[in-house]
Amino acid sequence: MLLSLKVSGVAIAGTLPIAFALAWLLARARFPGRFLLDGLVYLPLVLPPVVTGWLLLLAFGPEGPAGRFLDRTLGITLMFRWTGAALAAAIMALPLMVRAIRLSIEAVDRRLEGAARTLGASPWRTFFTVTLPLSLPGVLAGAVLGFARSIGEFGATITFVSNIPDETRTLPLAIYSALQIPGSEALVTRLALISVALSLGAVILSEALARRGQMNERMGHVL
Amino acid sequence: MSFEVDISRHLGDRIISAHFTADRGITALFGPSGVGKSSILNMIAGLLQPDSGRISVGGEVLFDALAGIDLPPERRRLGYVFQDGRLFPHKRVRANLLYGHDLAPPQERWMSPEEAADFLGIAHLLDRWPRSLSGGEAQRVAIGRALLSAPRFLLMDEPLSSLDLPRRDEIMTVIERIARELKLPILYVSHDRQEIDRLADTVITLT
Repeated sequence: MLLSLKVSGVAIAGTLPIAFALAWLLARARFPGRFLLDGLVYLPLVLPPVVTGWLLLLAFGPEGPAGRFLDRTLGITLMFRWTGAALAAAIMALPLMVRAIRLSIEAVDRRLEGAARTLGASPWRTFFTVTLPLSLPGVLAGAVLGFARSIGEFGATITFVSNIPDETRTLPLAIYSALQIPGSEALVTRLALISVALSLGAVILSEALARRGQMNERMGHVL
Repeated sequence: MSFEVDISRHLGDRIISAHFTADRGITALFGPSGVGKSSILNMIAGLLQPDSGRISVGGEVLFDALAGIDLPPERRRLGYVFQDGRLFPHKRVRANLLYGHDLAPPQERWMSPEEAADFLGIAHLLDRWPRSLSGGEAQRVAIGRALLSAPRFLLMDEPLSSLDLPRRDEIMTVIERIARELKLPILYVSHDRQEIDRLADTVITLT
């Protein structure tokens, strides 16, 4: 349980800036290969998680290019570690986060950014004083949604970092393991209830945030 | 201060072009909807890049396609009042007013927030959110926000079109006072003959 929170927390905190950058690129920038990037970002959403996990294994395993690089330069191994579970969770949460953040960036009235520029704000200042605050509800909604998704991550995690107690055994893996043991219905029920509560809370919170964002936007348009 | 504008730009399958010079006071750009009046203001503001031409205001070149000059909007030192106010919905009236004021170099500021609030009669609105303002109040705040950014001239894009008649009269009085008392040159876009007859010192008809 605590391990799950740690894994997902690290995953989301680490992914948020990347998700925002990707969302901004997809919402605003026009560049060759944009459709390819779009597809790549959403790939983990539609790919069987086992395949994602296997690809991670290929890339970050001891013989994989990324894994070897990390091991040699920083002495970090991800495989069979909780950090690997966080990476798997992050990859799986990324599409949902990018999607929510992208929608909220697209909803920001670009004419407000123009107004800021005529008032003397540089592009960066405009971004931090207008674009970012106006898209913040969507960014938070995306983070919450991504968090919920990563808590539930199973396939990619078990493929990439296996199911090691106290290291990579997150909530869904714990439920799975408990199901293998006869007579552990009480444990399964308890874990499942925690899981339902976490997910439901996250969905409600992200909906509330998204709705607040829309309301701000609509109110802004009335003027 | 004089405006020298000679610009053109393709927008879709239309060509929007303007060629005029203007001097002090209120200069109206007049023409039917759809001739690209707003696009011309956006080009002068630096929000839309002309394909070709030149824009200079008071001797300073803001844009020159041949010389490769294209000042970004934040360095053109203008105030832009939009049709729809365009106040920042996430900032209170006070923060909206101070947005451009705080960014302007102190030695260039020529109006204090208190003076602006008095001039426009909006001192009682400072702690309100934009969404709670009426159309006339919002437009006065928008004008105040533009004035406080220490502009050398104002662009106004149909600032009355979203207001009812009594409010129109009220804002027109404000605009006249800006030109007469504050001596700020104004480029004013409208398709309403009556507004233009009352406000404009010079009329430029776009076709």
